[in-house]
Amino acid sequence: MKFVLQRLAFYLLTAWAAITINFLIPRLMPGDPVQSLLARYQGQLSSKSIASLEALFGLDRDRSLWQQYTDYWASLFRGDLGTSFTFFPTPVSEVIAQSLPWTLALVGTTTLISFLLGTGIGIFAGWKRGSWLDGLLPVTTFISAIPYFWLGLIAIAVFAVQWPLFPASGGYDTSLVPSLSGAFVSSALYHAVLPGVTVVLSAMAGWVLGMRNMMVTVSSEDYVMVAQAKGLPERRVMFSYAARNAILPNVSGFALSLGFIVGGTLLVEMVFSYPGIGYVLFQGVGAKDYPLMQGVFLIITLAVLAANLLADLLYMILDPRTRKEG
Amino acid sequence: MAVQASESAAPVGTVPAAAPPAARRDRLRFLRNGKTATGLAILGLFVLLAVAGEWLAPYDPSAMSDDVLQPPSWEHPFGTTQTGQDIFSQVLVGTRGVLVVGFVAGFFATLLSVLVGVSSGFLSGIGDEVLSALTNIFLVLPGLPLIIIIASFLPDSGDVIIAVVISLTAWAWGARVLRAQTMSLRGRDYVQAARATGESTWRIIVFEILPNLTAVIASGFVGTVIFAVLSEITLAFIGVADISHWNWGTILFWAQSNQALGQGAWWWFVPAGLCIALLGTALTLINFGIDEFVNPRLRTAVRVRGGARMRVGFTPVARAPRGGAEPTGKAVGARETEETPV
Repeated sequence: MKFVLQRLAFYLLTAWAAITINFLIPRLMPGDPVQSLLARYQGQLSSKSIASLEALFGLDRDRSLWQQYTDYWASLFRGDLGTSFTFFPTPVSEVIAQSLPWTLALVGTTTLISFLLGTGIGIFAGWKRGSWLDGLLPVTTFISAIPYFWLGLIAIAVFAVQWPLFPASGGYDTSLVPSLSGAFVSSALYHAVLPGVTVVLSAMAGWVLGMRNMMVTVSSEDYVMVAQAKGLPERRVMFSYAARNAILPNVSGFALSLGFIVGGTLLVEMVFSYPGIGYVLFQGVGAKDYPLMQGVFLIITLAVLAANLLADLLYMILDPRTRKEG
Repeated sequence: MAVQASESAAPVGTVPAAAPPAARRDRLRFLRNGKTATGLAILGLFVLLAVAGEWLAPYDPSAMSDDVLQPPSWEHPFGTTQTGQDIFSQVLVGTRGVLVVGFVAGFFATLLSVLVGVSSGFLSGIGDEVLSALTNIFLVLPGLPLIIIIASFLPDSGDVIIAVVISLTAWAWGARVLRAQTMSLRGRDYVQAARATGESTWRIIVFEILPNLTAVIASGFVGTVIFAVLSEITLAFIGVADISHWNWGTILFWAQSNQALGQGAWWWFVPAGLCIALLGTALTLINFGIDEFVNPRLRTAVRVRGGARMRVGFTPVARAPRGGAEPTGKAVGARETEETPV
């Protein structure tokens, strides 16, 4: 229990830090990009949305930094992230709410698949060291050095342009209205294949390498030898003895890799014009839509923190040592 | 720069053998390691291109011509763009920007990580708590979105500025590893002895602790360069960085915005991507080499495990690859695992 509380306190601290960084960035930067954007939209914005943008970006010079900071928190607690300029006059929170489910589904499933698949391949490659599976290692090193988005471009070139098996862009067939009907879901799944496979391939490489190396290390431990000597079935030694211990660094590394994977997924969404939060960020970057970009950063950070907390809980279940402390 | 870093890594492995000749032999062994040699050779090639790319380029990378969207040929080895620009020249000229950002960011991030990591490992109490909390926060914050936000607020997005922004978000991993390593060194006998003879804290840190961290610092540096190169190319690709300046990401940016994919112009984005992957692989190989060179356990562990293999039913095929260099060299311990997220 103590472990969970500690981690929770740490993530709250990190969330506070992320929000504070978000607050400070526009205030520390030279020039006043938001002011000029605001001037361009003068007359179209309601006084209420101007007030919220001022609170978010500190345009009101009469207020002290501390007052701005409390205003900022107040508007965050109202769920007010300002008004998007790209999707004018939709509030940023609404734009994010529409795109977030797409990203969560894409990142969630691909991360899970790549983690399970990569770890699984790593277990076998480490256990049967020297077999043909070792031939995968140079390949994974190479793949892990490729940017996600470039792999996405190649996937489009091969499977959407050369052989038009899959759609090159979008998240669903535009003739359909988003709903939970069978036709829509299957179209969404069909559109998710290429981006999904791209992310899985890129993200998997790291898991394979890490897991394999840990398996090699662990399989020379005494307890593995003892399990062998007891005559336990090989499958059981491999999974319950070697893999269960070898997986721990992978799970704790999960937290660190997640930010990296999310960043890569954002890029893949941009390449595929996938209607998730990465594509929204891309459009925001193109239009210099600061409220939108900052809102996206905040949501991504919070999501990553939540996922990290989940990984910590999983780690606690896997590693009894963390439980004993509490 | 990486060459320097790798060479300075040598003393760590050679501390027991103090005699200079032994050190030289060891240094050569570092280079004889197949992975390191390959990595350094590829990196050297890119460094050469970064220096001489502008003279080697057969055309002006921005000059338009009538050869519009040509596939690769003798005249244009990587083909041409929609406006007839020579992609080969763009790749050559763009190498410099990529390497400059990579190494500058790697340098600053390493500096930050040494400052924070070593002081946090050497201090204890509240100072350590604060610094390591700071490190952990930056470790968990998703780096790429943060870089995008900061870079797009900046009025000027030149190479060096981008490199500094990248290094601000990339130092945390190195700091964490260095902190752990420093903490373990701090308790060693020779440090205690130095303290007992009255050496100042600064002297202990600079002359007793830092030399033994060279390898960790070097591999952290190489890892950061990989991250910085990928980040910079990403920034250029989405148009945050200055696109008037050629680098591999800029090429991909123009390819994407001119629908190169839809036109089947594969040559527009394949060379730049392959260069990125090649550079990344080279740096990763160097890092593997540093790991194996510096951590003797990683090397001997392979031999011991290969020699005393009694579990016949357990790994029946393990003997076969002993002749081939590749799989034996690949055997590594936990250190490499740490490298992957970088």
